[in-house]
Parts: sequence; C-alpha cells; structure tokens
Amino acid sequence: MTETTVIIGGGQAGAQVAFSLRKEGFSGRIVLIGDEPVLPYQRPPLSKTYLAGELEKERLLVKPAAFYDKASIERRLGETVSAIDTQEQLVSLNTGDALSYDHLVLATGGRVRRLSCPGADRINYLRTLADVDAMQDAFVAGARLVVIGGGYVGLETAAVAVKHGLKVTLLVARPTVLGRVSSPEVGKFFEAVHRKAGVTLCCNTGVDAIEQSGDSDKVLALVTDSGYRVLADMVVAGIGLLPNVELAQAAGIVCDNGINVDEYGRTSVANVYAAGDCANHPNPIYQRRLRLESVQNAIDQGKTVAATICGKDKAYAEVPWFWSDQYDLKLQTAGINSGYDQAIVRGDPESRSFAVFYLREGRLLAVDAINRPAEFVVTRNIIAKGIVVSAERLQDESIPAKALGNGLPCEISAKTTSQASDMSQEKVA
Amino acid sequence: MIKVTYIEHDGTSREINVEEGVSLMDAALDNMVPGIDGDCGGVCACATCHVHVDPAWLDKLEPMSETEDAMLELPDSRNESSRLCCQIKASPELDGIIVHTPVGQH
Repeated sequence: MTETTVIIGGGQAGAQVAFSLRKEGFSGRIVLIGDEPVLPYQRPPLSKTYLAGELEKERLLVKPAAFYDKASIERRLGETVSAIDTQEQLVSLNTGDALSYDHLVLATGGRVRRLSCPGADRINYLRTLADVDAMQDAFVAGARLVVIGGGYVGLETAAVAVKHGLKVTLLVARPTVLGRVSSPEVGKFFEAVHRKAGVTLCCNTGVDAIEQSGDSDKVLALVTDSGYRVLADMVVAGIGLLPNVELAQAAGIVCDNGINVDEYGRTSVANVYAAGDCANHPNPIYQRRLRLESVQNAIDQGKTVAATICGKDKAYAEVPWFWSDQYDLKLQTAGINSGYDQAIVRGDPESRSFAVFYLREGRLLAVDAINRPAEFVVTRNIIAKGIVVSAERLQDESIPAKALGNGLPCEISAKTTSQASDMSQEKVA
Repeated sequence: MIKVTYIEHDGTSREINVEEGVSLMDAALDNMVPGIDGDCGGVCACATCHVHVDPAWLDKLEPMSETEDAMLELPDSRNESSRLCCQIKASPELDGIIVHTPVGQH
C-alpha cells in the first residue's frame, strides 16, 4: 500500500521536507498544505532585496513550480487545516476535505507578534510576501516611516527605507537594538550605523497609541510612552514571532514554546513530526532546548524529519547560524550566545569590520561577525568540534582568523552527544 | 544567452542556456542540476553552492571577494578551482564555461 505524508505549512521547512523525502527515496504520496496562496518562498529577502525592489518575485521561490510536478508533490495552497485527528490519522481542511496520513509533518511556522495599543490595527507587519506587497505603494521617497522594533526585521527595514529616501524613525522598547539576540557591543555599533545613515533612533521607547493626525486619515501620529508624538505616513512593526502551535495543542501534542520534538524531529505523538520555526528541539551542542527562527534551521531540520520518515534516523545536531544584510554590512552569527559571561571584541568597530566572540566559563558559545566572514566560518567549526580556544587567542589579530582553532585540543564529543541524547529523551517523554 | 556546462560527480553532463546577469547558482536551481543547494538564496552566506570551475575558465572569472574566499573554508573539498557559483554571473566572456558539481553540499 502506498504511504502518504501530509505536510502542514508551505514555508521553507515544509518545502524542504517534501523535496528531501523524495531525495531519501520516499515513493508514496506527498501533500503540501500552505495557507498562503503562493508556492513556498524564501522569507529573508522580504526585508532586504525584495523590499528594496532589487529581486523579482519568481526568485523568492524555494523551487519553481515545475519541480513540484516533477517530484509529484501535491500542493494545496491557500487552504488551511482546521483539525488533526491523531487517532484516525486524519487532517481536516477548511474546504471540508479530509486527508488521511501515514506521516504528518507540522511545519506551521509562526505569525508576527502584534502590538495591542489603541490604533494598532493601522500597523503593517513584515512576515509574508503579501505584507511586503501591501507596503509598496506607500514605500516611496520622502514618506515618513516609523519602524517599531530593533530586531533583524526592524533594522533591515529601516536600512532599506532610508536608502530608498524615506524619512525613517526607529522606535525600540529595549535599551539597545538587537537586544534579544546579540549584545550591547554589537547593538551600540548598529545604532551608530543607523544614525549615521539618517535614521532617527529612539531606544527605551514604547508606543502607547496610534492616532489619526489632524484631518487627514492618511497621516498617523504615534504617541510614545514618554509622551512624544511622532508623525508617520506608514508604520511597520517587527517585534517578534509567535510559533503556530494551536493545531498541535488541540490534537494533544506536547508544546512548550513551540511544538516539542526530539533530535529526530518526532513529536510526542506517533507518526507526527515538526520542523522549522515552530519546532522546539534539543541541541546536543548546547545541551538545551532551542526554538530557532532561521533558514538554516528550517532546511536542516526539514532534512532530519525527511530522513526519520524514511527510516534513516540521523540526529539533528547543527551549530545554528544566521545572517543580516544592512547597508554595506553583513552580520553573520554562528551559535547561540545565551548565557555568555564574557564578550571578546576582535578588531576595531570603527573600521566596520570586527567580530564579537561570546564565551561562557571559557568556552566559545557564539560569534557576531560584522564583515568578518572568516571569524564566522572558524567559529562554526570550533563550536562543532568542541575545540577550546582562549579569550586571548580569539582577540589576537596576529593569528589569522582561519587558524584560530588550529592545533588545539578537542573535547571528547561522544560524551557530549550521549548526555544530550539522555536529556532530550527525558524532556520529550 | 550563454552556454554553461554542469558536470556532476558521476560524470553526467548537461549544457544549459543561461541569460546574462543570472548567477550560475540560480541557473542550476532553475534547471534541476543536482548537487547545488543555495540555501541562503545567493547572498554568499552559506557556501552550499560550491563548484569546481574547469581550470581553463578560472582566469576569466571576476576575482573572488574576501567573503567568498572565507566562506569557501566551509566545504571539505575546497581546492584552487573552488568557487561559490552564486557569485558567478553569466556574461559573454563565460560563454562555454564548464563547472563541476559535488556529490552534495554538506
């Protein structure tokens, strides 16, 4: 009998699972369900080259339509799932159709966190292709744009907008930009970069209300928590993502900041898997659970789930990585700096080319590399191999970046792996 | 349009017409050439579009950027003919270029 894999979620992870299943030899039926009416596309360019008008829509697609036909991947785009019955192994759609599955993959991603202040319904968000397309008419030189949020999306949007000739104000609730994912060292650097480029940037500033300004219904006034009024022709917020877990929760699948999976992408319910932004998974390198919002995670975890479905279990154990393009700067992050007790700056931020290494108890956790790709690359290798590099060595520019991990002892990785494996079983069970 | 020949690790060869200005990564993906992933979408952030350029064509390419050079440290099979094909844009000088794709990118 032919097996069926149903994939809920038409983003990067969902597409990856579908194509990786074929690569791993899955010969059954594959159905990909996406609530957006378009084929899976790459989201990173939305706040970068696509917003800037430098990238054609077709280039956003993860794969062209013909690939899906060739790989016999059925698409149900613009459709949503209303319920999952894990007993009967049945997925119900809003169209009234039902699909039975042998394997079910939840690649449901996330949705933007929304502001809840009065007038918040006038805010644009930037998560989907439709979101960006809806902004285009007002995204013109001279327009006043207020961006709320100092994360990747907010900073990238501000950078594209100011280059495009818009008058940009960036309001950030935290004391520094990139506060959730980086460090004050890197945050302060990016603040200076944006100010120099012409962005008006206010940290420690929340938004209490968004009102109509005067008679024009086109001009808005943001009332900040410090009592200022900021006029805007358009408001865009990028204040984080909420994982889409409701379907899984309703089906009785264990969720805790995302859908809980083990290192093979298996949820708490048999034959149900999760991958991508929605999946809370154990990472053996950091020996803790992570829920990552990144292309790397969507792709690598998608591959993991496809392999598991095909009976070729291969634990997911990657060093996470991220990137952000702003102006002439490429920020590349390897690893997760959470819990660091030491930040080592290599190079001079004034030169717009430097790296910040994060260590905990002398062990390298992560790097933020700004126009320093060699530091990014070597850090991925150092963390993956468990090499111990001293803070002094990391800072020493007389040692070429690519040699930073050379000739140093590795920790025994087998120990790390077995400990992590125990941990994940404990938590997932 | 220029002609680009992609040769797979097992010797399978395919000639593809590529519009000028399009990267050899996009052309490979558009034409289902195996062995090229292009995870980051072609912004030199992931090194999953590694190819070996036929030595006769190496000199005709634009020199690689510092970023590409650094990112090429990620693939194990790097040698003097390695390039990231997201950084190679089709141009008249490259008409007939031959690149070799690896078994996989990870």
